[in-house]
Amino acid sequence: MRKSSKISAVPYVIWILIFTIIPFLLVIYYAFTDYNTGAFTLNNIINSSNYLPVLIKSIILAVIATVICLVIAYPLAFIMSRKSEAVQRVFMMTIMLPMWMNFLLRTYAWMTILEDNGIINNILTFFHLPTVQLINTSGAVVLGMVYNYLPFMVLPLFSIMTKIDKSVIEAAQDLGCNQMAVIRKVVFPLSFPGIATGITMTFVPCVSTFIISRLLGGSDCYLIGDLIEEQFKLKGSGFHVGSATSLVLMIVVLISMGILNQFDSDEMEDSIK
Amino acid sequence: MTFDDEQVLKGINLDINDKEFITLLGPSGCGKTTTLRIIGGFIEPHEGQVFFDGKLINKIPPYKRQVNTVFQKYALFPHLNVFENIAFGLRLKKTPEKEIKTRVLEMLELVNLKGYGAKKVDLLSGGQQQRVAIARALINQPRMLLLDEPLGALDLQLRKEMQIELKRMQQQLGITFIYVTHDQEEALTMSDRIVVMNKGSIDQIGTPEDIYNEPANAFVARFIGESNIVSGIMHDDFDVEFAGKHFVCVDKGFDKMEPVDVVIRPEDIRVTEPGEATIDGTVETVTFKGVHFEIIVDSFGTKWKIHSTKSVSPGSFIGMALTPEDIHIMHKSYASGGALAAELIGEGAKNEEEL
Repeated sequence: MRKSSKISAVPYVIWILIFTIIPFLLVIYYAFTDYNTGAFTLNNIINSSNYLPVLIKSIILAVIATVICLVIAYPLAFIMSRKSEAVQRVFMMTIMLPMWMNFLLRTYAWMTILEDNGIINNILTFFHLPTVQLINTSGAVVLGMVYNYLPFMVLPLFSIMTKIDKSVIEAAQDLGCNQMAVIRKVVFPLSFPGIATGITMTFVPCVSTFIISRLLGGSDCYLIGDLIEEQFKLKGSGFHVGSATSLVLMIVVLISMGILNQFDSDEMEDSIK
Repeated sequence: MTFDDEQVLKGINLDINDKEFITLLGPSGCGKTTTLRIIGGFIEPHEGQVFFDGKLINKIPPYKRQVNTVFQKYALFPHLNVFENIAFGLRLKKTPEKEIKTRVLEMLELVNLKGYGAKKVDLLSGGQQQRVAIARALINQPRMLLLDEPLGALDLQLRKEMQIELKRMQQQLGITFIYVTHDQEEALTMSDRIVVMNKGSIDQIGTPEDIYNEPANAFVARFIGESNIVSGIMHDDFDVEFAGKHFVCVDKGFDKMEPVDVVIRPEDIRVTEPGEATIDGTVETVTFKGVHFEIIVDSFGTKWKIHSTKSVSPGSFIGMALTPEDIHIMHKSYASGGALAAELIGEGAKNEEEL
């Protein structure tokens, strides 16, 4: 039994080795070595601090997008979880449907909607209203992030909320909770692990995106993802600086996940007391 | 009350008194839980009214009713410990912390869970979780406590203990308990009054003794305790014919020659010599049941069940003697089977409940 399970793990171990461990070690190697001499150096890391404003902007936009996703997804997931299975399937289908289309295509579609001569501005012109600058703004980037990553927030929330026993909610009503109090006192604490997962799954791709900011943000919205991509395109020393920037980004993400998990366990302890 | 266009409750008319322990008893699907949920406010009846203290409460949501529920599967809050589960209702009412503490400790004592406050609820046994659920409901000092098969998941020993404890709490606190169960023994042990329900309507309301001794129809007789039910004909007041013989009984007021159901409890049959005034038959099986023997007698094709403290030998020919008080005569009803049944089941009026 043990032996066979070890053997069956081999392909996965190889997979992880080739596609996770080795690339990760390469990133570390490039980040800490000099392009010309190949010697150990911290210069790449230190140089990447020049890009701090870009990193901060990326984090701010990703946080905004994640919060908006949470605000939209939470009530949606709660309502969905209280419906019959047939209704849940329809909801689920509607949420998943855009994901079956190519990511780029979806984002290009938003471009045509938001452009200066796009659908929205055409409508405004038709009603003799002044046109507005939509594309190439931070708002457009946030919109793109919310649109693309909302399902990743809805799904973990929905799956945890369907696990909340209906009788627990009835018990809360019975003991004096109105609809809002039920959500605050029972559904929210019980769905916290889902919130944590949803935030992780939305925040991480948002903070490192480069396509969305490229297509919808233009030159006005240059994010850390774009930066890393461009550095790697430079070849040569770009590999080293790009790796260092990636490493910094990864550490930032890890720290924020750590804070989130800390908050999660605090929440649980608070309520247990 | 209808679910998926199927009428679940019909013609329920029930008055529940203050400080009463009342049990809704019936097989699964008889509508007893639905009735309870209507009282609790979790579902709204399509027709009929629910009154509480003379006030119509159909539209009042559960959290505004002076009623608390103990759920079938306890439904404790998994994210809170025992203390916080019990304190839940008080916290919502913004009760001062000091008062919460004293009252929760009182409750823990009442349900015999002293010292369990800091425990996580999922570490408790079924019986303990049940006690927490009861304490959580009672701490709100409801006028009425609804219990939906609260002991269903417990083993027999624990169930018996909890029955006694629940009864003690009810008497100690002096509040109305509405108890739903399908266990007739539980109902007989604990209740002041029992409401026997079947197929969405009430078959009989009465004290445990009434229901046991004078079942209203064959269904009630069969459901409460064991019984022999045979068809008979009422010749005159106090004169009934069944099993091919005439018997003196204590019932009157039936139509002459009316077909009736005759109910005889197994423990009321005395084993004697076969003779004129007895039902005679051959002993088929004798099973030792602890306190008594269960004897199955075949009398010309009809099986009779006897509970007797004395054993008889299988294969012997015996007589079964009855005293007039032990012969219970009932009108034929839907529950006795036959053509009459279809007619009565179709009759569904409205669902009315007066509390």
